[in-house]
Amino acid sequence: MDTNEIISQLNQILIEEFEVDEGVIVAQANLKESLDLDSLDYVDLVVLIESNFGVKLVEADFKSMVTFNDFYSIVENKIAVK
Amino acid sequence: MDRRVVITGMGIYSCIGTNLDEVRESLFQGKSGIIIDQDRIDFGFKSPLTGSVPKPDLKSKLNRRQRISMGEESDYAYIATLEALANAKVEDSFFDQNEVGILYGNDSVSQAIVESIDIVRDKKDTQLIGSGAIFKSMNSTVTMNLSTLFRLRGINMTISAACASGSHAIGLAYMYIKQGLQDMIICGGAQEINKYAMASFDGLGVFATDIEHPELASRPFDAGRTGLVPSGGGATLILESYESAVKRGAPIIAEVLGYGFSSNGGHISTPNVDGPALAMQRALSQASLKPEDITYINAHATSTPIGDANEAKAIFEVFGNKPYVSSTKSMTGHECWMAGASEIVYSTLMMQNGFIAPNINLDNPDEDAQKLNLVSTTIQKEFDLYLSNSFGFGGTNSAIIVKKFKD
Repeated sequence: MDTNEIISQLNQILIEEFEVDEGVIVAQANLKESLDLDSLDYVDLVVLIESNFGVKLVEADFKSMVTFNDFYSIVENKIAVK
Repeated sequence: MDRRVVITGMGIYSCIGTNLDEVRESLFQGKSGIIIDQDRIDFGFKSPLTGSVPKPDLKSKLNRRQRISMGEESDYAYIATLEALANAKVEDSFFDQNEVGILYGNDSVSQAIVESIDIVRDKKDTQLIGSGAIFKSMNSTVTMNLSTLFRLRGINMTISAACASGSHAIGLAYMYIKQGLQDMIICGGAQEINKYAMASFDGLGVFATDIEHPELASRPFDAGRTGLVPSGGGATLILESYESAVKRGAPIIAEVLGYGFSSNGGHISTPNVDGPALAMQRALSQASLKPEDITYINAHATSTPIGDANEAKAIFEVFGNKPYVSSTKSMTGHECWMAGASEIVYSTLMMQNGFIAPNINLDNPDEDAQKLNLVSTTIQKEFDLYLSNSFGFGGTNSAIIVKKFKD
């Protein structure tokens, strides 16, 4: 799975499972603010990433995750070392 | 300060209809909502009979965050509550200006618990259960969710009292309002209908076995009964002080006059006569009524031999054979935690529309039932007063008396 495929799949998950409007997803935008994420949403993101990619996000990942691009990169890196 | 307590709204989501109009018609026609669920046979049930309700599609009404905390029982309760609020002419903005409470009957969340624990068994990681599971897998899930969705700021709790849960919820709401502690309370009962919720009940061997004719399977008071049929859904009533209803210009449907309760102090599952009789007598006493004032009794009768017989004895002991009696469970099956609330909705619909719904499948009343004035086919009858019985495991009893509203 290449970078574009991962990004595309992540965006699809956000749109379908998190019911996010496609227009909200901007690579450089702040993920937490754009999606209005609360602590419960992070738990659900962990579940969705695990069930779709077989990798698990941890608290430290979310601390270093500011933009959508950060989100894509962290997931891609986890898949790479799986 | 004792205040009058009125019903200004009702909503229903059940196996005989998913709104008041459908349910009224089913009650009048004596229509059964019982089906065969093959999945229950495959799963290991002795009886595949069940009430059946469609899964509500809440995606157009609630966002992901709101829906993810809601299990089956909350979905049903939410739909019923939307109808009840619309019926009571309570708009969403009302909750920002007024303190409204919620008391709802619910006594299980089996599916949510089974599904979340299955994930942990499989993944060995509790974090992968997801955020909604905890809010779905507590008995208070209905009041937890509805109080959040409607931004309620009054009394907020779930009543767990087995198959009398919904009735006690209404009774307690009546007490809070009567005593001046609350002006309006959303109350009712909800019941999950999935196989996980009913497996242990099926295991007792008390479910009906007439799978050739599911519509004939629930036969309260009939000597040919083979057991009860589980069912579920959601039923909501808006209870309000008379002053509040008048101030709002709300349509007043009926008035709650009495709530009688008791506990048998006996066997965990086998009911007796004295406990239910005491609850009915207390309801009469609180309402300052005589037994002969009651025109209709909506019986708890679930279609089990000892339960039906002991309730028949208790009704006969308190009321004699004058009041009309029927068990709407003959059509709906046993809606368990919801039944005490749904049967207030059913009975109030009858009172509003001038008929008494039948106890269908009553071909051969048993010895005790023969002493009662049982209604086996729909009767066109204007009436002003009814009593609704609800009894539950552990010997908990509740009886509610409701009167057609007159200024």
